[in-house]
Amino acid sequence: MNATSTSNAAKTGSAKTNGAGAAATLAAGLGSFTLGILTVAGDKFPAFRSAMNFYRPTGPLSGVSILAITVWIITWLLLHALWSHRDVAMKRIAIAAFLLLAASLLFTFPPFIDAI
Amino acid sequence: MEITSRGLWTLLHGMGFGALFLLGCSAAMLELWRVCWSNDNDTRSDTALKWLLSIMAVLAWFAVLTGTYMVYPWYRAVAPVGTHDLVLYPQLLLRSSPQTVLWHTLGMEWKEHVAWLCPIAITMAAATFNHYGSDLKRHRSLRSVVLGFVFVAFVSAAIAGVWGAMLNKYAPTNGGRTHTLTLAEEK
Repeated sequence: MNATSTSNAAKTGSAKTNGAGAAATLAAGLGSFTLGILTVAGDKFPAFRSAMNFYRPTGPLSGVSILAITVWIITWLLLHALWSHRDVAMKRIAIAAFLLLAASLLFTFPPFIDAI
Repeated sequence: MEITSRGLWTLLHGMGFGALFLLGCSAAMLELWRVCWSNDNDTRSDTALKWLLSIMAVLAWFAVLTGTYMVYPWYRAVAPVGTHDLVLYPQLLLRSSPQTVLWHTLGMEWKEHVAWLCPIAITMAAATFNHYGSDLKRHRSLRSVVLGFVFVAFVSAAIAGVWGAMLNKYAPTNGGRTHTLTLAEEK
């Protein structure tokens, strides 16, 4: 544990650093955002939509969901490895995660996709 | 009284996994609020919330996986050329009329994607609360994020659930083996 994490842990009064939570938060935001971006791309580009057809009975949704989950899990593992034993700027990460999540909600809304 | 195997899986997907998840959401948000924003140090409710969030994450995964890989393929099945009765092809049935096409282009296209935000958000919340427990109350930004993600999981599941119920009303997934549940007595 480095000096920053010790001082932050003392400030919050918690025995645990916020890094593990921050990693889970940002990864979930990025995974959700990936889902939104892939949804828009699938709607706008027929070639991309065909490429997302990982499992024919389900169609492009299979590729979109599998890729988004893969991005989420890999990002989570990487960020956890980097941050789990230290404190990070949680407020900024929280704002970023909420913005990514809000964008993903917007990107999965068909009238918004049609308006792009 | 009978039900088809497709109808049974649709019921399990929506009224089983989906509805149970939505029921758990309000309890989880309230309990999360109580654990993280009060001075109560009851470790039993801490453990109960860990279990609740974990079970909700499992329910969310079961809901999206059965929806995407079992029910949705039946919904989007392609009818052989010359088919006039579209009752076994819900997507085609909805798209065949201007009165029902929006159920597909707005309802199903929104539902099929937004639903996937739910397991991501609730798994994050469950993993984070399992890691920190009631100690989460000391991390102010993090506790707000966890509560916010549970709320977004609820919203996305509610959107998917409402559209799912309406779609199943206008174009139910029929077909497969028929299961007879009970026979009525003749009067």
